[in-house]
Amino acid sequence: MVDPIKVYPAKPSKVYFFGTCLVDMFYPDAGMAGIQLLEREGIEVIFPQDQTCCGQPAYTSGYHDEARAVAMAQLDLFPEDWPIVVPSGSCGGMMRKHYPDLFKDTGHEVKAAEVAGRVWELTDFLLNVCHIKLDDLGEPTTVAMHTSCSARREMGVAEVGPKLLGQLSNVNLVEQVRTEECCGFGGTFAIRHPEISGAMVSEKVDTLVDTGAKAFVTTDCGCLMNIDGYAEKNRKPITGQHILSFLWERTNGTKGDQS
Amino acid sequence: MSETAEHSPHHIDVKEFHPRAKAAIHNPKIRRNFRKAMDGLMTKRKSAFEGWDLETLRDLGANIRLRALANLPDLLEQLEQKLTENGVKVHWALDGDEACRIVRDICKARDAKTVIKGKSMVSEEMELNHYLEEQGIEALESDLGEYIVQLADETPSHIIMPAIHKNTDEISKLLHEKTGTDLSHDVEYLTASARLQLREKFMNADVGVSGVNFAVAETGTLCLVENEGNGRMTTTVPPCHIAVTGIEKVVPNLEDVTALLALLTRSATGQHITTYFNMISGPRKPDELDGPEEVHLVLVDNGRSSIYQDDELLDTLRCIRCGACMNHCPVYTRVGGHTYGTTYPGPIGKILMPHLIGLDEGRHLPSASSLCGACGEVCPVKIPIPDLLVRLRQESVDGDKLHPAKVRGHGAKRSAVEAMIWKGWSWMHAHPGAYRFGTNMAARFRKLQPGQIGGWTQYRTAPKLAPKTLHERMKERGQ
Repeated sequence: MVDPIKVYPAKPSKVYFFGTCLVDMFYPDAGMAGIQLLEREGIEVIFPQDQTCCGQPAYTSGYHDEARAVAMAQLDLFPEDWPIVVPSGSCGGMMRKHYPDLFKDTGHEVKAAEVAGRVWELTDFLLNVCHIKLDDLGEPTTVAMHTSCSARREMGVAEVGPKLLGQLSNVNLVEQVRTEECCGFGGTFAIRHPEISGAMVSEKVDTLVDTGAKAFVTTDCGCLMNIDGYAEKNRKPITGQHILSFLWERTNGTKGDQS
Repeated sequence: MSETAEHSPHHIDVKEFHPRAKAAIHNPKIRRNFRKAMDGLMTKRKSAFEGWDLETLRDLGANIRLRALANLPDLLEQLEQKLTENGVKVHWALDGDEACRIVRDICKARDAKTVIKGKSMVSEEMELNHYLEEQGIEALESDLGEYIVQLADETPSHIIMPAIHKNTDEISKLLHEKTGTDLSHDVEYLTASARLQLREKFMNADVGVSGVNFAVAETGTLCLVENEGNGRMTTTVPPCHIAVTGIEKVVPNLEDVTALLALLTRSATGQHITTYFNMISGPRKPDELDGPEEVHLVLVDNGRSSIYQDDELLDTLRCIRCGACMNHCPVYTRVGGHTYGTTYPGPIGKILMPHLIGLDEGRHLPSASSLCGACGEVCPVKIPIPDLLVRLRQESVDGDKLHPAKVRGHGAKRSAVEAMIWKGWSWMHAHPGAYRFGTNMAARFRKLQPGQIGGWTQYRTAPKLAPKTLHERMKERGQ
C-alpha cells in the first residue's frame, strides 16, 4: 500500500497547511503546534481559509459522489507549487492515495494527481524534509506512541514518530505489545460496529496502560479521540495527546499559542 | 428463505451479522481462543519470512497471479486439454448446485456409498457434505480440523484451520462424546485416536474428494498442499478421486508454483514447507501399483466469472487462500469466523462473499472493517483488500454516479435517511462559508453538545469541541 519509493522535496520556503476537520473543531492546539514547529524551521505557513475536510468520511462510507464534491472544493486551494502538509496520516492518506482514484474519469484527474503528489504527513515532513533537530526542555517522562494505521500503512511513516521522540533527551519511549494493531477507530466503523470497535479500543488501552506510561502520543486525532475517550470514560490511568502538541511543548517550554 | 440464503452454510442468515458479532464479543472463550491462535500465527509468519526479501517475493506472487488471470480463458482451455491427455476427466460447473450434481453423478456411476474428503473450501462453498448425505452417500471429512467441525455439526471458522475456535478441552470432550476416546489434553493421543478411526474409512471409501491449491495449465498437474497426509490418502487410496476447485486456481507454468508455494505455506501457518505436497497428474497407469483408477476435476465458477468482468474486482481472484488476512485482522480476531455466517470469513470473505451470495445478502460484510489495512499489508499476492472493501461499500449504497454499481444486489444498504445526511454533510463541506459559520457556531455553543452519541459514548466520552476552531485562530493571526 505504501509507495515503494518516496522522493522527498528540498526544504521549501512556504507550505500549505491542510488542518483537517477533526483538528479544526476538536484539536486546534495540535494544528497550532504543527504550524509553530514549521515556522520555527523557517517555513512560512499558508492556511487557506476555504479548506474544510478531505472528504474521507463519505468516501469510506461508500458515498463517493458526496466525497467527490467535498474533495473538489479543496482542489483549487493550493495553486502554487508548495508542499501541502497535513497533521494526520489518515487525511493525508485520503488526499495522497485516494484522490487520484476518486477523480478518475472526471476532468480533474490530472489536477487531483498533482495535488496528491504534494501531500505530506506533517511529522514525516518535519523529520525528512526539514531535518528538524529537537532540543528537549521538559522534565523526564515516559510515553507510549500509537501510530495510526493510515500513517503506518498508507503514508509509510511508522518509523517517524519514534525517531522524533528519540531526539528528546528526557523522554523515555516505551512500546506496547501489538503496537501495529488498529485501535478500532475506523471513522464511521466505530458507530456502525460499536461492539467490535469497543473491544478493539479496550484492548489497545490495556496494552498502553501495561507499558507503565501515564501518557501516549499519536499521529491522528481519530485514534486520539477513540483511545483517550475510552481511557477517560473507563478511568484508565493514561491520557493522550497529538504528537505535534507534545513535540511543541517539550521543545518550546510552553503550551504554545493559546490565542 | 431466499434462494441466495441457501448458499450460506447451515442456512445461517448472513444479514444477522450484528447480533452474532455482539454475542462473540461477549464470549470470553471465543475471544481467548482466537486471540491466542492469531497471535501465534502472526508470530510464526513473521519468523518464517525472516531473511527473505518479502516485498520482492510478494511482487512476484502478485504478478504470477495477475498473469494467470489475464489469460484465464486460454489457460483453462489449456488445462482441460492437458488434463484430458493425462487421463483426467474435466467437468465445468456454473454454480455449487451443478458441482454437487456432477459429484453425485460420478458417485452414482460407480455405485459409491462412501466418500472420504480432504480439505476443500470449494466443497464447503458447494455444501457438498450436506448434499451427498441427502443423496444417501456418506461423506466423511478426513482433515483433522474438518473432522472435528463435522463431528460438532459446525462449519469451519477459518479457511486453513477449520476448528481454530475450539481449544483442546472442547475437542477432547467432543471426541469423547462422539467417538468414545478417553478425555485427555494430550494432543498426540487425541490426534492418534482420530487417525485410527479415519484410517479404516480411507481403506473402505469408494471415492476421495479433495481440493486443489494450484492447477498447472502447461502440464495438467493438480497441486495439493497439506500437513496430515489425509490429502495423499484421499487422492490415492480410493479407486476414484474427484478434485473440486474454483476456476481461478489455474497458473500457467509449473515454475509459477515455486514462488506461490513459498508464499502460501509461510503466510498461512508460518511453515517453510508443508509435510505433504501432492502433485497429481492423472489416474494410475497400467504399470503403476497404486493410485486411483479414475481422476476427475470439477471446475467451479459460482460467481467468479462475474468478478472477472471488472478490472478492479478482478483482484479478488488473485487469492491463494492462505488465510493470512484473517490471522492479522483485528475484527476477525475479536469476533471469530462463525460471526460472518459465510463460507469464507475475515477480510477475504468480506470481498469475495458478496459476489457469491449477492450484496443484498452480504450487505454488512464490507462495513465490518476499520480499514486498518493489515490484511492488504500481509497478503502474499498483494490484493488491495481495503480498496476493494471501499469499492463494495460504494456498491452497497449505489454511491457513485460516475461508476455505477454492478455487483448483484447492489444498493441494498442504501437508506434514504443516511443518503440525506451525507448529502447535507457534503453540501456544508463543499461550501466553505457555511462550514466556517457552522463550526464557529458549534464552538461557541459547545456546552450544548450532546453528551451521548450512539455507540460511540457506550464505550468512550464524547469528543470535546474546542472553544475556537483552527480557522478562527489562523484568521486572528492574519490568515
